[in-house]
Amino acid sequence: MKSVLLIDFGSTYTKLTAVDVENEKILATAASYTTVQTDINDGLLKGLNLLKEKTGDIVYDKCYACSSAAGGLRMVTSGLVPELTGEAAKLASLGAGAKIAGIYAFELTDSDLEEIENAAPDIFLLVGGTDGGNKECIINNAKMLRKLNPKFPIVIAGNRSAASECEKILDGCEVYVCPNVMPKFGVLQIEPVQKQIREIFLNRIVQAKGLSRAAELLSDIMMPTPSAVLQAMELLANGYGEERGIGPLVAVDVGGATTDVYSIADGMPEHMNTVYKGIPEPYAKRTVEGDIGMRYSLSGIIDAAGIDRICTLSGLTKERVSELAADLKSHTDKVPCGADELENLDFALASCAIDEAVGRHAGTITETYTMMGQTFVQEGKNLTGVKNIVVTGGSLIHTKRTAEIASFALYSGQKPASLRPKKADVWVDRTYILAAMGLLSSYYPEVALRIMKKELKYYESSEQKNQ
Amino acid sequence: MGNKEKKVLVIGVIGADVHAVGNKILYHAFTEAGFEVVNLGVMVSQEEYIAAAIESDADAIVISSLYGQGELDCRGMREKCDEAGLKGIPLLVGGNIVIGKQKFEDVEKRFKAMGFDRAFPPGTTPETTIEALHELLHMDGENK
Repeated sequence: MKSVLLIDFGSTYTKLTAVDVENEKILATAASYTTVQTDINDGLLKGLNLLKEKTGDIVYDKCYACSSAAGGLRMVTSGLVPELTGEAAKLASLGAGAKIAGIYAFELTDSDLEEIENAAPDIFLLVGGTDGGNKECIINNAKMLRKLNPKFPIVIAGNRSAASECEKILDGCEVYVCPNVMPKFGVLQIEPVQKQIREIFLNRIVQAKGLSRAAELLSDIMMPTPSAVLQAMELLANGYGEERGIGPLVAVDVGGATTDVYSIADGMPEHMNTVYKGIPEPYAKRTVEGDIGMRYSLSGIIDAAGIDRICTLSGLTKERVSELAADLKSHTDKVPCGADELENLDFALASCAIDEAVGRHAGTITETYTMMGQTFVQEGKNLTGVKNIVVTGGSLIHTKRTAEIASFALYSGQKPASLRPKKADVWVDRTYILAAMGLLSSYYPEVALRIMKKELKYYESSEQKNQ
Repeated sequence: MGNKEKKVLVIGVIGADVHAVGNKILYHAFTEAGFEVVNLGVMVSQEEYIAAAIESDADAIVISSLYGQGELDCRGMREKCDEAGLKGIPLLVGGNIVIGKQKFEDVEKRFKAMGFDRAFPPGTTPETTIEALHELLHMDGENK
């Protein structure tokens, strides 16, 4: 038997997955609680012992890990125009698995510098200008950053003609130069910078976050957890070699503090009479909603959906929702036990979390009338043709109403402008294997793909019932 | 600025106007004439021209309008450019820029008062616009 151990260092749990790659099956999974206070290595040892109880003694051939521990990979970006290079920097960072601690546009000011210093990012992404375009802004921002004497690495991915000057200005700092995130107007080139971000994460951040001891155990790969999940989703959608994927998909991970949404789809306009506006979005896109989460960010869900909707969906009164919400915020580890009020509330919260987060991720379409007749303007990705939704997160796994909650990701007559999937099958990651399969896919893509297709629980197509 | 290999133009059809053919012709004509062209296509808002001009450090903005509402759509463009730091950037406009039969001298006067450097009547050939660009961008002797 050839076995591989996959580790996901989270901020609250360290999750382990043992895989038999020859027989293409999961041997066991285990999770151990780790807090910010305890050493991450203690959590790992506890988890390893738990795993051993299930599998017996195994010598693993390889061990790979991803991490979102200690706040994950925190990045600050600065671009020129917010909707153009500013947006490109954001898409690049999110796609590399980062958590965005600050986004700046145009020229940095002294008060921006103060904020950046306080944010103490793991990486700073400096962009601005198309190749041959504006140079002043990025050069000015490089000079401003120099004043901070930054301890964090800076990745430069702006106007090619300004790159070497920026590098000179930042002499003495840890600087990496990458190809421009927007070499031409409307062209997004984010892969090189993402590759660089991942390398820095591997070399520098793993050590800074107390993972180096654990790293001794690891054979090779180490990446931010969201980046592993994105990799898994691309594999699941696209397939590998002879093994077919399930096709374009939308994936949602509803967490306690944030909700992540991934889409693997082209998303360009379907009809000739539709005009696309804004920068083209990546085929594999990730967004994170920092104000949408089941516990720490629960008030964000209520604010976005409105308390009336939460009441309707949960069947609870306004007073009761407020009481329970206040209690949950101070007791973030509380989970429903059986069919109780809390389960109904969690149903409503999870449904609205998915509704809101997918709504922000998906593109929009607006109808306008011109002299030539009716025309449509599309911004962002058109996901209406996507036929698969993958969901994960405690609130979706530990309930019987998973498919119903997942259906809130779909097109709704109430929000006709939102370009979400019309009708889709639902795949549920009940055992939290997505990140692990993303890691495994770097070495055994076909195995990872087949395991996902086997392990994800499948519900036949649904449409949004709750209008 | 100034040391770029090619002069950069931002072009597009303004407002709720979907006439795509002329836009494509202009794109090819300007590219052929040695310009670096950022083509925003149809249904372009003032803000989109400005954002693209900032990022690409454009030398001029060339606006097309074919559905008669050009005058309304172009109002305030110069002021917005000034506000966005594109002070003095040449603004050119052409097509069927007003409704009905009007004397073009009057139309031209109104567009110039709005801060446009050049306004062209219907039926203007790309060559005329290119010539005007050469003049505005002091390119005489180059690329000709």
